Amino acid sequence: MNQAVQHAIPELVELRIPSRAEWVALARLAAATVANRLSFSIEEIEDVKLAVAEACTAVIQHEGHGEFIQLTCEALSDCLRIRVHDSGRHGTAVSSGRHMDFDEARIAGLGVFLIRTLMDEVSYDVHPQLGTDLLMVKRLAGR
Amino acid sequence: MDIKVNVREAPGDCYVVDLSGEIDVYTSPKVKDAIGDLIDRGVYHLIINLEKVRYIDSTGLGVLIGGLKRVREHGGSVNLVCTNPQIKKIFDITGLVKIFGIFDSEDSAMKALV
Repeated sequence: MNQAVQHAIPELVELRIPSRAEWVALARLAAATVANRLSFSIEEIEDVKLAVAEACTAVIQHEGHGEFIQLTCEALSDCLRIRVHDSGRHGTAVSSGRHMDFDEARIAGLGVFLIRTLMDEVSYDVHPQLGTDLLMVKRLAGR
Repeated sequence: MDIKVNVREAPGDCYVVDLSGEIDVYTSPKVKDAIGDLIDRGVYHLIINLEKVRYIDSTGLGVLIGGLKRVREHGGSVNLVCTNPQIKKIFDITGLVKIFGIFDSEDSAMKALV
């Protein structure tokens, strides 16, 4: 099915996966499926897939992450809004500033760089008790 | 989702690592092990063929960077074969095109080895 969303905006898809590496593929495919419902190009859908995977990977590689990652994808008329929630209490590896060795930090930095490059808006929302939200927006071209 | 890794000897003290599938946080350890095993055996000139790789993320890039770093300590090199535009784009936007040799065919990657 590859019909652009026209009559059912907004659409909301939520997915909860265990915070383990083997589940990241499901998260990125879910995000790609929602992106495909909008009029994104194949290249833009790949951007979304990679950004979501990098966000989930950042959670998993962080000590003290929660047991689950909550992915929320919201298809709006002009954009795709994605939230990646980690219920861990220490923020993501990137936002927490925990000590990482040089190579680990460099790769984590690459992941954040990719997210910021591929998505139009990126922000963190860190709650000391509730966990961390990474919010990302990919706008439809020309909107 | 999986990654297939095939290692084969090529002319000139060089090995080719053929990768097929998706390289992410789950599958990249398998790639890291394959490259690490070769380097441990004293193979310092590698061609990593990404033609059949459909997806790579930062953990996959990290494995390739780690391999390059290790072979360079021994005067070696890593050349990549990559024709997938989306994967080329990732090397491009991360600036890794400047540190890896990236080629459209295995032949050209082989000829360009140090």
